Amino acid sequence: MHNTRSIFQREIRGFFNSPMAYIFLVIFSIFNGYFFTSTFFLYNQSDLRSLFSIVPMVYLIFVPAISMGLIARENNIGTMETIATLPIKTHEFVLGKYFAAVVLILLGLLATIIHFITLVKFGTKIDYGALFTGYMGLALVGSMYASIGTFASSITDNQVIAFIIGVFIVLVFFLMGFFLPLVPSNLAGIVQYISVDYHYSNISRGVIDSRNIIYFLSVIGFFLIMTVQSLESRRWS
Amino acid sequence: MIKVQDLTKNYGDVQAVKSINFEINDGEIVGFLGENGAGKTTTLKMLTGYLVPTAGSVEINDLNINDSALEIQKQIGYLPELNPLYPEMSVYEYLEFIARVRNITGKNFREALSRVVERCGLQGVVHKEVSSCSKGYKQRIGLAGSMIHDPKILILDEPVTGLDPNQIVEIRELIKSLGREKLVLMSSHILQEIQATVDRIMIIHQGEIVANGTNDELMSSFRGNTILNLEIRNANENTLKDLPVAVPNIHVSNIEEKKDFHLIQLEYSQEFDPREDLFNFAVNSSWVILKMTPTTTDLEDIFRKLTMEGKADA
Repeated sequence: MHNTRSIFQREIRGFFNSPMAYIFLVIFSIFNGYFFTSTFFLYNQSDLRSLFSIVPMVYLIFVPAISMGLIARENNIGTMETIATLPIKTHEFVLGKYFAAVVLILLGLLATIIHFITLVKFGTKIDYGALFTGYMGLALVGSMYASIGTFASSITDNQVIAFIIGVFIVLVFFLMGFFLPLVPSNLAGIVQYISVDYHYSNISRGVIDSRNIIYFLSVIGFFLIMTVQSLESRRWS
Repeated sequence: MIKVQDLTKNYGDVQAVKSINFEINDGEIVGFLGENGAGKTTTLKMLTGYLVPTAGSVEINDLNINDSALEIQKQIGYLPELNPLYPEMSVYEYLEFIARVRNITGKNFREALSRVVERCGLQGVVHKEVSSCSKGYKQRIGLAGSMIHDPKILILDEPVTGLDPNQIVEIRELIKSLGREKLVLMSSHILQEIQATVDRIMIIHQGEIVANGTNDELMSSFRGNTILNLEIRNANENTLKDLPVAVPNIHVSNIEEKKDFHLIQLEYSQEFDPREDLFNFAVNSSWVILKMTPTTTDLEDIFRKLTMEGKADA
């Protein structure tokens, strides 16, 4: 476990030693702030619904962007060889990297607390339960996209390619729900289950159902295992 | 110690390493010599657990790499080719990171740090960013990282490539001093870099080990004829004709007439040194010897001979 922590700390330090983390946090906040406040006062409702609907879309670009370098960069500058010949298990390495991306996303979410504060100041009859599950849903979607980004980063040593692959896979999960009316009815159930929006909207409506949680955890698990596999397979090349 | 048996690595159809065998004992410094693409780096990557061998076995300190890679990685230090580092970290942060992975923290880390800083001459750059260090310093940072846990075995892939001559001497001295207490296996494609540092040389060519021995062993087993170049004044046709008759065991390979002297090239095998006879013959024939230079085959020739063979066939 201490190896996961070492990798994690190095990565977080790397984020904040470079402009990366600051650029992400600032632009992420500006994006969310703009789209949130442009409708917030118009709707005249005491909730963060517009925030909860915009963040998953902002994620589509931002999460692949922060995770594209996680492993691709190590491959690119050759430090992967240093890591792979240190006594670190592959899954410890992957988890350390993954947690670093998740923490950065959570920091981005933390910055949106400003909107929450605005709401508490001006709003009446606030449903705190719905706000809590809304944030929980955002955290889960962000964590899931981060696992996809981590995987995309592990299959190439080019960060741009990792980004494109990441965006593509994330889009597949995101858009699945929109194609629902087009698929044959016997497949609809499966497509709906794969679609991230279905599970996310359940949670952000305030329903915490174990099925939705299991969905997120299993997608995260799947992509992290795939990441470990893709790194292990390189040793056999 | 390192024990390698029938080690093989295929990349698709290409056989990069072909069933090689060798052993290295504790306290030895061994140079792994070969041209680029001969299979050096692939072999080292298999020794350190970065690549899985296609066939054969690697045993380090009686542990097998296939079963106990992690355990082996704890016991060895490895400097990969091209010395990859994180440019954005400070030297201190980098060494701290490596040490932490190796479970060296707190007081142990401070001790280990001051040891490698002193050994590798990193005083003055510890708090600098890696990217702002010179190439020579980067090499030392890499080396410091690979020995922060004071391993008994050090595997260095081309540790002096790309350094300037002064830096090469420094790193060479460092490796030599390490070799007093550790097993060091270092690779290079340049003979002179290795010859001055190591106890034993292994030459790998097209994935096979073609020579393995000390400097002297290699020289004696591959020793060819000595070539002797003479510059003679006052030689004439008759005396030149008498030369091979009067001096035994020589082969006159070339005679060239210059303006006022003759260039003569002779070959003889090491056991029969003809120089005394030659001198006497020269006196009797009233030759004036202007120059007499013997050239023996050196390691360079052996290396060239061994590694050119494949090319001549192709």
